Amino acid sequence: MTTRGWITLAVMALLGVLPPLFFLTGNPFYLDLATRLVILAIAAVSLNLILGYGGLVSFGHAAFVGLGAYAVGIPAHHWLYTGWGDWATMGYVQLPLAVLACAVFALLTGLVCLRTKGVYFIMITMAFAQMIYYLIVSIEEYGGDDGLVIDTRSQFAWIDLDNPLQLFGLAYVSLIVSMVLVRLIVNSRFGMVLQGAKGNPDRMATLGFNVYVFRLVAYVISGAMAGYAGALLGNFTTFISPEMMDWSRSGELMFMVILGGASTTVGPVLGAVVFIVLEEVLSHFTIYWHLPFGLLLMAVVLFVRGGLAGMFGRKED
Amino acid sequence: MSAVLQIDGLNKSFGGIKATDNLNLSVQKGELHAVIGPNGAGKTTMISQLCGSQRPDTGRILYAGRDITTLPPHKRAHLGITRSYQITSLIMEMSVIDNVALALQARDGHSFRFLRPARSLSHLRDKAMDLLGKVDLTAKAEHRTKALSHGEHRRMEIAIALASDAELMLLDEPMAGLGSHESMQMVELLRGIKGQHTILLIEHDMEAVFALADRISVLVYGHIIATGTPDEIRGNEAVQHAYLGEE
Repeated sequence: MTTRGWITLAVMALLGVLPPLFFLTGNPFYLDLATRLVILAIAAVSLNLILGYGGLVSFGHAAFVGLGAYAVGIPAHHWLYTGWGDWATMGYVQLPLAVLACAVFALLTGLVCLRTKGVYFIMITMAFAQMIYYLIVSIEEYGGDDGLVIDTRSQFAWIDLDNPLQLFGLAYVSLIVSMVLVRLIVNSRFGMVLQGAKGNPDRMATLGFNVYVFRLVAYVISGAMAGYAGALLGNFTTFISPEMMDWSRSGELMFMVILGGASTTVGPVLGAVVFIVLEEVLSHFTIYWHLPFGLLLMAVVLFVRGGLAGMFGRKED
Repeated sequence: MSAVLQIDGLNKSFGGIKATDNLNLSVQKGELHAVIGPNGAGKTTMISQLCGSQRPDTGRILYAGRDITTLPPHKRAHLGITRSYQITSLIMEMSVIDNVALALQARDGHSFRFLRPARSLSHLRDKAMDLLGKVDLTAKAEHRTKALSHGEHRRMEIAIALASDAELMLLDEPMAGLGSHESMQMVELLRGIKGQHTILLIEHDMEAVFALADRISVLVYGHIIATGTPDEIRGNEAVQHAYLGEE
């Protein structure tokens, strides 16, 4: 096994074992922190599919996360206030709804965004995300910019998401599944075309690939996965607000991917770990933690080629 | 003989510059047809229009009798047209064999497959290895493309063109930047595939062109001024005046 492979295993093992240990030894806060981390890591993994492997710098990924969370919150809201049946709180309804809503949003926006390149792509993905942001702000029924309290978490027969350990467990398993899924996709024939299109789209077109369609499919898969992460995030915070979809949130996700190492399996997870842990530690020392935080992140991006995962082994692993 | 490629009255301008000026050309099935011309004659612009990455202002391109003037590049590829690039255009971050395997996969037609590892598909890998053998790159198969020399990149271009098994190969200066030894290797390589595919060769290297071509067309200021066998072109006064004499 490669060094990178061992690092991946070690990171995932620590991430699976440490937080429950903290919880069981009377430090529930750290489990909370880890749950948020793991959920954001899923979103980062999904972003890595298009950003890292597809070369599509999407600056609107938080919109999918937010939409996913609203797909949990809105049915729960109607269940409580407008008499929707118990089905509206079922996990089997809400989670697929989150995935589906985001897939549709990704398809519709992707059709337009993917017609553009480079900086224009960045700007237009951001623009679509901001449109959703202002749309939600304008809907008073769902709390507008005050946000929406999710009164009940997604209901499953076999798992109780009100139990922090079980919620963490679901998030953790989901992260592993999403990592495996992205890895399979990337190494498949579809993934080879996606990566080829990142390296040289003209060549791929000459070979006979319709690059646009391949990118669109990847964009939809990525958006749907981020929507799933959003549904988990809604269940974790039990509160959602448009702020969750703000462009700065998209920037954070992008940062996790680049910091950890784009187009590597473990990179986005490493990025999420470092991001969340640093944010936590530094804010203990000073309320002006953004400054050292920013400087540290800049140092990594400037001096470590290929992100943190790039320090171990070659980029292809 | 029948014309595989027929170009009728093609025009293309960039601002005030006429890169292609009423260009007429017919390429016969199975021949190696070379296009020569001084720098800036519009050779690459012509290829770009043939493969579809640029749209002509006016005129028609017929491929096997079918009008392909407005088809996008990937559709032309499906019809059997492939091109190589004057400036090496490979996927630098990928391994050598992955580059060739992708070209084979394009023809294979099963690219919306999401789970099975592409590198475990022996029908693609073995064929890719075969092609790398033809261009003498077997030993470098697993290397990252970026790490190869310019001459090796040029040979990869040929392997990829071969992988598409195209009826019509548009080769844009395959000898560009090669040393004399590498050029000779390339001539031998092209001699080996000549006859199996129709080849439209754009090339600066006169020695190579006259050694390989069945017919030669001379392009000057976006216009074909003469077409003929190598001997006819050598003896053509207009050509000598416009091009060969100035060398």
